[in-house]
Amino acid sequence: MRKVFASTAGLTDRPTHYCPGCTHGIIHRMVGEVIEDLGIRERTVGIAPVGCSVLAYEYFNCDMFEASHGRAPAVATGAKRARPDIIVFSYQGDGDLASIGMGEIIHTANRGEKVTVIFVNNAIYGMTGGQLAPTTMPGQYSTTTPRGRDVRDCGYPVKMAEIIAQLTTPAFVARGSTHTPREIIATKALIKKAFEYQVAGTCFSLVEVLSICPTNWGLSVRESEKWLEREMLPYYPLGVKKRPEDFAEVSADAKH
Amino acid sequence: MPKIEISVERCKGCERCNDACPAKILGMTQKLNARGYSYAQVNDRRKCLGCRLCAINCPDLAIEVFAEGTTYEFFHY
Amino acid sequence: MAKVLMKGNEAIGEAAIRAGCVHFFGYPITPQSEVPEYLAKRLPEVGGKFVQAESEVAASNMIYGAAGVGVRVLTTSSSPGISLMSEALSYIAACELPVVVVNVMRSGPGLGGILPAQSDYLHATKGTAHGDFKMIVLAPASVQEAVNLVILAFELAEKYLNPVMVIGDGMIGQMMEPVEFPVEGVGKPLDPGNWALTGCKGRGKRIINSLYLDPEICYRHNLKLTAKYEEIRKAEQRFDTYNTDGPYDLLVTAFGMTSRIARTAIDELAQEGQRVALFRPITLNPFPYEALRAAASKAKRVLDLEMNMGQMLQDVRMALGPDAAIDFFGTAGGVVPSPDQCREKMLESISKTGSRPKAKGARRNP
Repeated sequence: MRKVFASTAGLTDRPTHYCPGCTHGIIHRMVGEVIEDLGIRERTVGIAPVGCSVLAYEYFNCDMFEASHGRAPAVATGAKRARPDIIVFSYQGDGDLASIGMGEIIHTANRGEKVTVIFVNNAIYGMTGGQLAPTTMPGQYSTTTPRGRDVRDCGYPVKMAEIIAQLTTPAFVARGSTHTPREIIATKALIKKAFEYQVAGTCFSLVEVLSICPTNWGLSVRESEKWLEREMLPYYPLGVKKRPEDFAEVSADAKH
Repeated sequence: MPKIEISVERCKGCERCNDACPAKILGMTQKLNARGYSYAQVNDRRKCLGCRLCAINCPDLAIEVFAEGTTYEFFHY
Repeated sequence: MAKVLMKGNEAIGEAAIRAGCVHFFGYPITPQSEVPEYLAKRLPEVGGKFVQAESEVAASNMIYGAAGVGVRVLTTSSSPGISLMSEALSYIAACELPVVVVNVMRSGPGLGGILPAQSDYLHATKGTAHGDFKMIVLAPASVQEAVNLVILAFELAEKYLNPVMVIGDGMIGQMMEPVEFPVEGVGKPLDPGNWALTGCKGRGKRIINSLYLDPEICYRHNLKLTAKYEEIRKAEQRFDTYNTDGPYDLLVTAFGMTSRIARTAIDELAQEGQRVALFRPITLNPFPYEALRAAASKAKRVLDLEMNMGQMLQDVRMALGPDAAIDFFGTAGGVVPSPDQCREKMLESISKTGSRPKAKGARRNP
């Protein structure tokens, strides 16, 4: 008998603290698998955010930073500029990246830092108990939108992948999801592509991954997957938003 | 014949593997693990395809998949 | 070693390179923008990296990242920008990382002004940010001393794995004075030791983190940091005195540029037979309490001069106790005291001691 699926060397064997059915665990695993597949574990430095995945520094089996809330892309910038030979990734949630850290992510992408950002979008603040996130859907209940998110009061959800894709600086930007095995498999390919661009030293890469939060959505795991598919998917279309190859002519011009 | 092994202690009883299994051979025990979760179990070993979807859909690396001889890779993961 | 006439901000940048620091992350803010401008030109010449961040918040987290992977790193800013860096300084201290931060102070509070002040003393030495931590804080009084203290700052940052702040008022950054660099070319890089995140090849993974959810572990970490600060307190106090050899009626306490203005007044008064001495802390943290107590014991009265509303004054009081006779004269808002103003205040203090001026020289007409 041979093993055709086993835990990845990219993760430590420490069980996670995530709620049952939360897809953070799957996204962690895929990042760990990609780090293992590309043979870069021993030169990778990861950066954990503040949020549900704050303890990611215990789960990824490589050197890890714990950054202050929203600042992981800046920490990544400092680390990568200081040691260009290491592979640097930040793993962030929607509160960390799209709210307090919006400035950092936009400018890290716009400078074209050769780092990889894994952005988990579960449309809610998880760790702190279910408050409004920039990505919370219109009408979606949260503990700080007790009558549902009112777009006249707190605006519309933020589409990070599209926003980053608008920047002129070449980058690889994509969005995947984890609400079905099929999408999980597709997302792993996106994550691998993102890291490959960094290994090749090509450009900044960001993968936004839609993720469920049964606990704070107040739904079962199955209902959460359905809700994601029905509510979030139309608003957050999946797929590659931007590739450095699309910018061949821009970068060519830049050389003159 | 392919088979899977479920880590009783790592399982959090989220039932994702049940949904993912195309052969619909996974269910949940009534017993509880040390953390109080009822954990997944294989109801009919003979129908396991070794397709890995249960493990792929598991957030907690609680499932390992084994196979022997030739196996069909239905998808690249 | 040839002396070269240099602007303070540029000398600070060059000093960092001479100390082996070739990584800079910063943001423009008057009156220190010449540091990033200078290093943007210089660092590529020495194989270094320069990044203008999108904010001081970002810059302070970039130095956290750079220090964490084991390189010497510098950021510079001015008062409002330093406030934005506060949180990161707490993380850097908690994670015990070596960074050097230079604050070229401007007047506050709020947007304040762009002229010199010393009103960030308490922020630097006492209340930088949340949590029990301290930075080593060095206060130069000249461009040459700024160079020396920046180089020292990198040594102390590496020695204690702690953030070190060099704090000068706007004049230090803006004025030009002849300087000499004790080191040629680029200094030696940081020894990444056994803590830097360089990739876990050949070793177990390392974590740089300041999250301690277990109170016992967090408490023990606080005790460890506090023990380090006690070690620093014992080993790293630095101060300078002037005119303290003979007996003196008044001891003036001042740091940074204010001390030089005070010295002019002290010299003038000396010609008029007034015996005034100066005590100048160089390390604002660890503050030289004992040395100040010793210097003040020979004086009848103390006058504290600062460009703020009385911040180092608190440490002077702490050193000398509640019954000490301490006067205070502070300007703020970018107003720089003149030697004559200082002279008047010194005479005022002396008059309270009841001692007569020694009739040595003719009175200088103002």
